[in-house]
Amino acid sequence: MSCCGTAPDFNDVDEASRLVSAKLAAFLKTLRDNGYAVGLGEGQDAAALMAAGYVARPGLLRSAFKHLFSARKSDWERFDGIFDAFWLGKRVRSRSVTMGSTKSANNPSLKNLPNNQPKSNAEEETGMDQVPSGEDAPRDRAGEGRLEGASRADNLAEIDFRKLADPEQIEEAHAAAARLAKVMRTRLTRRDLARRRGYRLDLRRTIHGNISHGGVPITLVRRRRKAKPLRLVMLLDASGSMSMYTGVFLRFIHGVLDEFREAEAFLFHTRLAHVSDAMKERDAARALDRLSIMAQGAGGGTKIGESLQTFNRWHAARVIHSRTCVMIVSDGYETGDAALLGREMAALGRRCRRVVWLNPMMAWEGYTPVAAGIQAALPHVDLYAPANTLKSLTALEPYLADL
Amino acid sequence: MMNRDEIAERLAASGYIADGELATAISLMQLLRRPLLLEGEAGVGKTGVAKALASVHATELIRLQCYEGLDQSAALYEWNYQRQLLSIQAHRGDDADAVEDQIFSEKYLLERPLLAAIRRDQPPVLLIDEIDRADDEFEAFLLELLSDFQVSIPELGTIAATAIPHVVLTSNGTRELSDALRRRCLYHYVDYPDADREARIIMARIDGASTSLSLQIARMVESIRKEELRKVPGVAETLDWAAALVGLDIRDLHQAPETVHDTLMCLLKTHEDKTRVTREVTERLLGKVA
Repeated sequence: MSCCGTAPDFNDVDEASRLVSAKLAAFLKTLRDNGYAVGLGEGQDAAALMAAGYVARPGLLRSAFKHLFSARKSDWERFDGIFDAFWLGKRVRSRSVTMGSTKSANNPSLKNLPNNQPKSNAEEETGMDQVPSGEDAPRDRAGEGRLEGASRADNLAEIDFRKLADPEQIEEAHAAAARLAKVMRTRLTRRDLARRRGYRLDLRRTIHGNISHGGVPITLVRRRRKAKPLRLVMLLDASGSMSMYTGVFLRFIHGVLDEFREAEAFLFHTRLAHVSDAMKERDAARALDRLSIMAQGAGGGTKIGESLQTFNRWHAARVIHSRTCVMIVSDGYETGDAALLGREMAALGRRCRRVVWLNPMMAWEGYTPVAAGIQAALPHVDLYAPANTLKSLTALEPYLADL
Repeated sequence: MMNRDEIAERLAASGYIADGELATAISLMQLLRRPLLLEGEAGVGKTGVAKALASVHATELIRLQCYEGLDQSAALYEWNYQRQLLSIQAHRGDDADAVEDQIFSEKYLLERPLLAAIRRDQPPVLLIDEIDRADDEFEAFLLELLSDFQVSIPELGTIAATAIPHVVLTSNGTRELSDALRRRCLYHYVDYPDADREARIIMARIDGASTSLSLQIARMVESIRKEELRKVPGVAETLDWAAALVGLDIRDLHQAPETVHDTLMCLLKTHEDKTRVTREVTERLLGKVA
C-alpha cells in the first residue's frame, strides 16, 4: 500500500487509485468517529487533492486535509495526531480516543476516586478548594467535550448531590443543565425578535424628516425601543459547604456563557475570580480545568461580603447595565462580616435590575434562613428561590424573560 | 494558478510573515474554490491575512465589517432613493412604465460590499470580518451567496458573478457559527506567533529595531501571554510596545528594567492586568528573557 509518500509501483493505475480511495474512505470514517463533521463534499475534495499530487508529500497532504476537514479549534488541534496515527502508523495518542470509551473507562475510577484519580476526575470536585496540579490540560481533550465534561463532573456530584446517587443519573442531570441554558437562550431571544417586528411608524418624525423631499416619505422613522439584550451575571459560591452543588451549576454556567451573548460569570469562596473567559472554552472539560487553575488558593470559609465588595468595586460598572440580572448561587453561610455583606448587597441591588439569590439548601426539610449572612442579604434580594433541582432552574426562565 | 511555493514567496514579499501552513490554505482556496474561515484570538493578525492575500493576487480588497443587525441593504445593495425620486419628478408626465423601468435600472443601484465583490472583472479578495457578530439570519443568507455567487434583485433580476472572489471570513468566537457555514469553508486557526516569528514581524514593521532587541521583546511578550491575563496582548500591542521602546532608545531590555515596566501599558489594557503584573513579576519575566 503506497499511501504514505513513496511513488506507487502498481502498473495497474486503476487498482492503485481504488486502494487509495478505499483507504481514504476509511480515514473519513475515522474522522467521523472522532467527531469531525465530514460530508460527501469534503470526501470528493479530498480525493481531488490526492489526485492533484498531494499524495506524494505527506506533510503537505496533512496540512491540506487539516484545512479541509477541521471546522473548529478543537478539530484543528487534534488533527495532526489523528492523521499521523492513521497514515503514518504512529501510535495513537490518548487524546484521540473514540467516543463511547469514556464511560467505561470512567467506571472503575468511580469507586476509589478520591485517592486513585487525583489528576483527572477527582480534580474537578476538589479543585475549588485545593491547589491543582494544572498539568492535565492535554489529557482532557480525550473524547468529545460534552460527554467528557458530563462524566468528569458526575464524580463531583456523586459524593453528595443529595438525592441523585446513580452516576448515570447525575450525568443526565448535568447534561440537562447545559441543555436548559441553551433552551432558555433560544426562548429569550425569540421574545426579543417578536418584539422587534412589532414596531410601528413614527408618523410625526417621518413627515418632519421628509420635508426636504417635498413631503414624500422616503425615509421612514419607526418607533422603537432600543432593546438591550438581557444580561445575566452569575456569582457562584464555590466554597466547601456548597461543594455538592457546584458541579451542576458549573455546567449550567458553562451552558449559559455559551448561549447567551451577554453573560458573565464569577466564582467566589474567600476571594472573587472572574471566570467568564475560562468558561467560554467550548469544551466543557477544558473549561472546568482552566477554572480549577484559577480558583486555587481557597481556604476554609466563605467571604461573600468581601467578594461582593470586590465585585462592586472592580467589575460592576463594566458588567452591569440596565437590563442585567445578577444571580447569586450560595447557601449564605458567611464566615466574614455579615454587616459588610448587607451593605454590599444593598449597593448591588441599587445598581442592577434584579438580584436573584438561589439557595440550594432552601428546599431542605426544616431549613430556615437563620445564618447571619443570609439574614443580612435577604432584604436586598428580589427573588429568593431554591435551586436544588433542574425543575427549579427551569422555573426561573419566565422570571428572566420578564426583565 | 499559483503553486504553493510561489504563494509562500509572494506572501513573504508582501511583508506578511506567515506561518508555514497559511500558504497551503491559500493554494487550497484556489484549488477547491472554497472560502477560508480564520479563527483565533483578537489581535493575532486575522485581518492581516486577507490583506496579504490581496497583495499575493495583486487584487483589490473589499471588506465587509459585520455587526449585530447587519442586513442586506447594508451588505448587498440598496436603491438610490433620492435619485429615483428626482428622476420621477423630472419625468413627470412621461409614460409610467418607461419611468419605472428607468428608475429600477442598474444606474440607480448602490453597490454594497457583497454585490461589489461579485461584479468585478478581476476577482477581488472579499473579507467578511467578524462574521460571529452578525445575526444568524445574515449568516444563512451569506451561506447562500457563497454557494451560488449570484444575487437576485426582485426589480432587476439575477446578477451572476463575473468573477468568483477569494472569500476570507474571520471569527473571534463571540458566538458559535453554524455547522453549515463551517462545513462550507476551509478552516485555519491563527495562533499567536512564536517568538521567532514575532521577532521577524517586529523587524519587518518597526524601523530601527535590532535583531537582538526584537527577539528580546518577542520572548518577553511570549512569557507575558502565559500569565493569567484578562486581555492577552496581540501582535498589534507588541508592535506598539516595540515602537515605544525603540522610540525611547532602548537597546537592551535588561539595561532599563524600570522603563520596561513603565512601558508595559502598551501591552496591558485593563486595570486588573496592570495590578497583576507588578514590578516583581516584570523582573521575574525579564529574568527568563535571555
